[in-house]
Amino acid sequence: MSLVSPWRADFPALAILEAQGQTYLDSAATSQKPQALIDALTGYYTCGTANVHRAQHQPAERATRAFENARLKVARWLNASCPTEIVFTRGATEALNLLAYGLEHLIEADDEIVISALEHHANLLPWQQLARRRSARLVVLPLDPRGIIDMDAAANLIGPRTRVLAVSQLSNVLGAWQPLAELLPLVRAQGAFSVVDGAQGVVHGRHDMQALDCDFYVLSSHKLYGPEGVGALYGRGESLLKLRHWQFGGEMVRVANYQDANFHAAPLGFEAGTPAIGGVIGLGATLDYLTGLDAAKVADHERALHAQLLAGLTTRNGVRLLGDPQLALASFTVDGVHHTDLAHLLTEQGIAIRSGTHCAQPLLKTLGVDGAIRVSLGLYNDEMDLQRFFGALDQALEILR
Amino acid sequence: MNELSAAAADTLRVFQQAPGWEQRARLLMQWGDRLEPLTEDERSEPNLVAGCDSKLWLVAERRCDGCHFRGTSEARLLRGLLAVLLVRVNGLPADALQQLDVADWFGQLGLARQLSPSRANGMNAVLRRMRELAPAE
Repeated sequence: MSLVSPWRADFPALAILEAQGQTYLDSAATSQKPQALIDALTGYYTCGTANVHRAQHQPAERATRAFENARLKVARWLNASCPTEIVFTRGATEALNLLAYGLEHLIEADDEIVISALEHHANLLPWQQLARRRSARLVVLPLDPRGIIDMDAAANLIGPRTRVLAVSQLSNVLGAWQPLAELLPLVRAQGAFSVVDGAQGVVHGRHDMQALDCDFYVLSSHKLYGPEGVGALYGRGESLLKLRHWQFGGEMVRVANYQDANFHAAPLGFEAGTPAIGGVIGLGATLDYLTGLDAAKVADHERALHAQLLAGLTTRNGVRLLGDPQLALASFTVDGVHHTDLAHLLTEQGIAIRSGTHCAQPLLKTLGVDGAIRVSLGLYNDEMDLQRFFGALDQALEILR
Repeated sequence: MNELSAAAADTLRVFQQAPGWEQRARLLMQWGDRLEPLTEDERSEPNLVAGCDSKLWLVAERRCDGCHFRGTSEARLLRGLLAVLLVRVNGLPADALQQLDVADWFGQLGLARQLSPSRANGMNAVLRRMRELAPAE
């Protein structure tokens, strides 16, 4: 029996893309949106917008309530202790930059900031630049052949000078869960901060902040079937208190004078300027939608689809997977075929995949490849999508070889 | 619009007869295979065109009949796109190169999508580089 996604119809774009001859297999870059989100955005903009946390009029009160309600939903989604542990940002990238600036005052010369070899540029560059500003050392944890952080090396590299560890939960190139349960205690033992980039991980399964026990966790709304322009930073209550304010402006300030000011604590103190109110409300509606799904069924569907993706790729001559992908995506190269040629011919056939270095140039250099094709799955994809992809792949390879 | 050279007219005729993407892809690869080779020295860092998602080298030569470029790339289809661009560009006077409507040329070949803004293949970058390298009148 063919693998069908029972949630596909909840995402109107899928039918429209299909009618345009497009097969969407690029959800790790950004996801399509559920009708529930579209309805929430329409509802919010149709019924009257207002700024949040400012005016006392009724539309403002309604917007503020909806905005804060979304904070509550994110807190519940992550099982945070309290909604004030959730800071809204403009995306995962901004959340990571917030941390790199917010923690800067705790980094001294020759301190160590630890990342891994597989980080997305968003979880590399803010730390690299912080290290340069403070004359600190950026330590890069190596990977094992499966694309998983090498724990023996990590145990040696995380030490008394470690101040921060910032690692991805799930690689956007390798599709492998990282050993956070083993890594984080090493960092805690040194009294250092742990930052988990959950941009990919949050999309697959529910992650409990109490169990994960990190200081900070970062997510992006648009990969989680929500709108763009919104991200969230979870920070354990006491860890948030260690952050210095970084962006200054409206409503993050408590008292402002010409020559000095003092600021709100998190979350408001880290939400300078008017936030993406509609987007945040939309993210809340998306989480309501996702909460209503049978999580086990979603996980089974994604697992089965991913298994078909791997099976199809590994039976094809000359296809080399990057690492040992466990879920969500697979990146690969084909012997004797340039990835841009393959991407070109897949595009010609309406297959929406990504090709290149996937915002992880150092990782691809480490793996010794110039670029790779990445196929990534959302809960709305089904077996037909993969059949179209494999048909197009075979045809492309036939032309190119 | 300039008169097409014999080679450009020939390219146009062949591409316009191609019934679909598959044939166009095969033609691009044929055209790419016919590029004049670059020497090892010419495939150098300064000759790389930034903005392409695979490496592409371009060199300009001064000839009495106008602009003349040679180039190549690691990727076969990109070599083909470069070849059909060179067919149109080589031999043009510098001012004609500055004014050439390249989108129109790719459009006539059935390759309009290769110039769209979201494409990182770099044909627009190649054209910019050609215009920089073109000798002043």
